[in-house]
Amino acid sequence: MLCDVCKAQTASVFLTQIVDGKIQKVNLCDPCSKEKGVTDPTGFALADMLFGMGAAQQIESGVGSEGARCPQCGFTQAEFKKTGRLGCSVCYVTFAQPLKELLKGMHKGLRHIGKCPERLRLTQERDNTLRQFHHDLRAAVVDEKYEEAAALRDKIRALDLEE
Amino acid sequence: MSIGNILSKSSDWLRGDGPHHHIVVTSRIRLARNLAGVAFPGRAKAAERVEVLEKIRPKVEALPEMVDAVSLACQDLSPVDKLLLVERHLISREHAAKKAGAAVVMNRRQNLSIMINEEDHLRMQSIRSGLQLRAAFKAINKVDSELEQQLDYAFDSELGYLTACPTNVGTGMRASAMVHVPGLVLSEQINQIVQAVNKIGLAVRGLYGEGTEALGNLFQVSNQTTLGEKEEEIIDRLHKVILEIINHEQNARQVLLHNKPNTLLDHVGRSYGTLRHAYSMNSKEALNHLSFAKLACDLGFYGDAQRHAIDELFIETQPAHLQKGSQQRLATDERDVLRAEIIRSKMASFAAPDLEGVLVRAREAQGAGGGAKTESPPSAEPGEEQRGGDPF
Repeated sequence: MLCDVCKAQTASVFLTQIVDGKIQKVNLCDPCSKEKGVTDPTGFALADMLFGMGAAQQIESGVGSEGARCPQCGFTQAEFKKTGRLGCSVCYVTFAQPLKELLKGMHKGLRHIGKCPERLRLTQERDNTLRQFHHDLRAAVVDEKYEEAAALRDKIRALDLEE
Repeated sequence: MSIGNILSKSSDWLRGDGPHHHIVVTSRIRLARNLAGVAFPGRAKAAERVEVLEKIRPKVEALPEMVDAVSLACQDLSPVDKLLLVERHLISREHAAKKAGAAVVMNRRQNLSIMINEEDHLRMQSIRSGLQLRAAFKAINKVDSELEQQLDYAFDSELGYLTACPTNVGTGMRASAMVHVPGLVLSEQINQIVQAVNKIGLAVRGLYGEGTEALGNLFQVSNQTTLGEKEEEIIDRLHKVILEIINHEQNARQVLLHNKPNTLLDHVGRSYGTLRHAYSMNSKEALNHLSFAKLACDLGFYGDAQRHAIDELFIETQPAHLQKGSQQRLATDERDVLRAEIIRSKMASFAAPDLEGVLVRAREAQGAGGGAKTESPPSAEPGEEQRGGDPF
């Protein structure tokens, strides 16, 4: 297979990218892949993404994963791998583990911090605050700041009671 | 309102009056949303998709933004009408191919279109002329907020809006700007720009997304990531990058005029000649020549009326628009003949651009008696003093 860029040398780097819902495959030879910055993991999203894909495949080939099937829509991991799409919102829970690897390579972060539907906004804000408190609590314990930790623990309890 | 009615009017964004419209053709924001507890359209059975459609469609049609809208089921549309909507960027190619349950609702001005049962249950798009990403977002965000009160969206506190493709999860937002950059293409800087833009998490695609083919020197720049950043942050980053691209394009044009006036003028002149005198032209050729006619407008050879005519030709010479206009099925070669005819008649009153005058002035500016040399040697700091200025 020839390199898609120079069309002269044999391709040795094969990239798959999903751009706006379309799967794109790019084959590159070693010099071209270097020139395009594909081998620079910090500079090229495709490489990260490829890493994620690889991780997803590893998990799939693992023990007991062949039965991973969404209880809501019946989608299997094999179908996910083939289409690059999920079957329903529950699939995000069913395939949470391999997805996490995939999302890590695709996006800037793993947590949504943008818009939230108004009816869920209060819950979302509370969840975020709780998460922050838990994070601070762990840090306080590590730093042996026990007074601070106790105050955080009380705040967490108070928020839990509100629920 | 019928499809015939709406399609006989040109799209609002085609008026080309937005900020930076000389280089930024359009700004678009798309939001992807799904209903909770229902399979995504790709997985759902036909009956489920129809159910989703019946749930969503009346809510969308009742939006205050959709007064005087047209609401169309994809299976009721002829192939030509569907392609026509694709050419106006009102529906996606994928959506045009969909059957049971797929529909589109769009407003009369054609700056707001909502696809139902595309890859996601809802794909909402707002489109504006020029660089107006924030305004486009404001408009579509309002629609989204109105719909979320009536529809139960699939939303996860951790991952945000859940979408069929994991590349859209989070904000579900794709912000994109279409830029016309003949200067960057001619000066061979476009690949560098594409690489730089890729590195900061933005994607560059060609006019219709196939690779990065420089059809008509038009490129779409959009965000690649949707999770871990706020909508406004994504839009701000894209906005800044587009401003940079505008700056680079303007510089590239100045440098070309200064250092390689013959190269630039040759493209403008040949395109003028071809557009005025060709009797058969395929769509790709037309786009590439129209690009240089558009550049001629930017360079000050033509006024607003001519600019508008050129902008319209970009759309009117697309295959489905030609087909629709002729009211009969046309073979490819017949379309090429018709395309050339439409361009000739629309540009009949266009005077030849005064290229010689530009060349003389460019030489004077260089202060060199360069005579009839094909290319002038590059100076030490090309175009720097002319930055932002009008050479005409």
